[in-house]
Amino acid sequence: MFRKLTITAAVALGLSTGAAFAAGGESHVEDFAFSFEGPFGSYDQNQLQRGLKIYTEVCSACHGLEFVAFRTLADEGGPEFSEDQVRAYASNFEVWDPSLAEGEGDFRPATPADKFPGSSLSNAPDLSLMAKARAGFHGPYGLGLNQLFKGMGGAEYIASLLHGYEEAPSCAPEDFDGYYNTVFAAGGYPDACKDENGNHLYPGSWIAMAPPLVGEDVEFDDGHSNELHHEVQDVAAFLMWAAEPKLVQRKDAGLTGVIFLTILSVLLYLTNKRLWAPHKNGRKED
Amino acid sequence: MSGIPHDHYEPKTKGEKWVHSRLPIIGLIYDTLMIPTPKNLNWMWIWGIVLAFTLGLQIITGVVLVMHYTPHVDMAFASIEHIMRDVNGGHMIRYFHMNGASLFFVAVYAHIFRGLYYGSYKAPREITWIIGMLMYLVMMGTAFMGYVLPWGQMSFHGTAVITGLFGAIPFIGESIQTWLLGASAVGQPALNRFFSLHYLLPFILAGLTIVHIWAFHSTGNNNPTGVEVRRTSKEDAKKDTLPFWPYFVIKDLFALAVILVVFVAIVGFMPNYLGHPDNYIKANALATPAHIVPEWYFLPFYAILRAFTADVWAVQFVNWISFGIIDAKFFGVLAMFGAIAVMALAPWLDTSSVRSGRFRPMFKWWFALLAVDFMVLMWVGAQSTTFPYDWISLIAATYWFAYFLVILPLLGVIEKPTKAPATIEEDFNAHYGKSSGNPAE
Repeated sequence: MFRKLTITAAVALGLSTGAAFAAGGESHVEDFAFSFEGPFGSYDQNQLQRGLKIYTEVCSACHGLEFVAFRTLADEGGPEFSEDQVRAYASNFEVWDPSLAEGEGDFRPATPADKFPGSSLSNAPDLSLMAKARAGFHGPYGLGLNQLFKGMGGAEYIASLLHGYEEAPSCAPEDFDGYYNTVFAAGGYPDACKDENGNHLYPGSWIAMAPPLVGEDVEFDDGHSNELHHEVQDVAAFLMWAAEPKLVQRKDAGLTGVIFLTILSVLLYLTNKRLWAPHKNGRKED
Repeated sequence: MSGIPHDHYEPKTKGEKWVHSRLPIIGLIYDTLMIPTPKNLNWMWIWGIVLAFTLGLQIITGVVLVMHYTPHVDMAFASIEHIMRDVNGGHMIRYFHMNGASLFFVAVYAHIFRGLYYGSYKAPREITWIIGMLMYLVMMGTAFMGYVLPWGQMSFHGTAVITGLFGAIPFIGESIQTWLLGASAVGQPALNRFFSLHYLLPFILAGLTIVHIWAFHSTGNNNPTGVEVRRTSKEDAKKDTLPFWPYFVIKDLFALAVILVVFVAIVGFMPNYLGHPDNYIKANALATPAHIVPEWYFLPFYAILRAFTADVWAVQFVNWISFGIIDAKFFGVLAMFGAIAVMALAPWLDTSSVRSGRFRPMFKWWFALLAVDFMVLMWVGAQSTTFPYDWISLIAATYWFAYFLVILPLLGVIEKPTKAPATIEEDFNAHYGKSSGNPAE
């Protein structure tokens, strides 16, 4: 029955081979070097601010961040805007307040206590958790070693996908729905681009989202590069923060815990050794 | 407790006597902590403490999580995000709880395989073993129901698949599935009852833990030689054992601290490594994930579930002989539960009179193969069901059954065991060279 379920789902998604483990699919996800990787990595505040700008000017036209509160933009370890900046930023958004207009409800400008609006398009997924809901390459051989050494890869996946639009291969019919993307694996795939066994001849699939970034989409006040390659990393880093705003605190706690427990281990090792010494006669042979 | 002769608690002060004559609780604690323990226990005997600690960790973090969680299909996912973003330290508590499940299963598998190698399941410890198997089942049920609570995509579709297993039972399966879910499909009733049971079962597990400890305190611990502690006199017993406190408490705490270094590193630096990204997508009945994969600790048995497909001759034979009642789907379900059942029956399937694998030259290899087999099943359980994975899982699943049903009974008859030391003291001294100058001892 599992097999049936898997097959049904795979066919529904236009995938004919299903060897991949994670949602990232079989397509190539580039390994970007993000500042928040590794046990000591943390967010690059400037990058998050640039990412927010791209999100605001491009992504938010269709997508939402329903779990992210505006006030967290001022939190430590995040973009770290000042409270005034957050208040001014939030007021650009309108939120529905059911308590207004004598209980009828009405729109009002958002305050820092509100959350970002949700997606305005029904088929545009919310982006709050996107960087954790996708992963990079799980292999090799389904062992997950790539994720162990290079990180889960959600941000890499987002950056690669935004960078992964290419001209559709010539085998595809002109009127095929969507846009060809070399990274997106879960979209439609024309039969004309499969071999006789149903294997895909080209990586990726056709995604409903038109290329959102083409390079030079936003202007940064500090003159930072707005080439596509940089933009996709900035917005991916911002979405990683949106998905895991406590990353820096978590790693700090982890490091403290590891140091503390290592010291405790050494102390317990010495205690144990001394405790057992009389019974082992001090002459351990193995 | 324990048939090993040792000093019992004697109340000395007036206050102690007063309490002891009314409720002998100090004596109970004293006898439990001071139980004579074979002094040659190796590092595979530390997992019990790790398991007890993890149960405590899961209950404490779980109780706090419940304070902020909402078991409602429209709010559960958002309440988890509330915990992750707004609750003080909530992200750490949740990540500890989430990865705590993995620590629990790492420890329980090490504990079980320790028992399988050193023959801890053999007489007179069968009841300890059976209770342990029950605890393992309760653990699996608890872990599964806990995974449902975040109401992500894997939660939802995993529930549909797992409760669907019961739907495979002939005639009454569908009714059972509906009864389990409280409805014909996964929804609010299922989420509510799984939440309730996820809170209840750990306390049943705690109760079973006490019985488990009681059982092996009655028989005494097994040990790496499988040779029993001498019960001829208190002096003989003392040569074979040391009291649990402080010797084994400190040793176990040291091991626990080392394991926690790794655990805290995973929680702090890579808390989502063992999870599945799809569970960060809110449950959607209309969009089935491309690959529904259970958590890693279920994968070996999940692989066995999927291994026996309709094209396997054994499945076809059973189907024919049962007049079609047992189809491939039900066969798979029986195989999965059977895989745990044969393990529980190990005390009666193993015919060898030698307890420890250390003195069983043939058994050693078959056991090593079983451990490899378990890892292979775990790996293949996450793969697709295409060639060659279908063959690998079929061979690996068959070996699991062959080990318990064929190899264990046969080995006891054909194997020639090597000589075990006469006493635990002899084994201990052979390692730590104590009585080399005093052969008379």
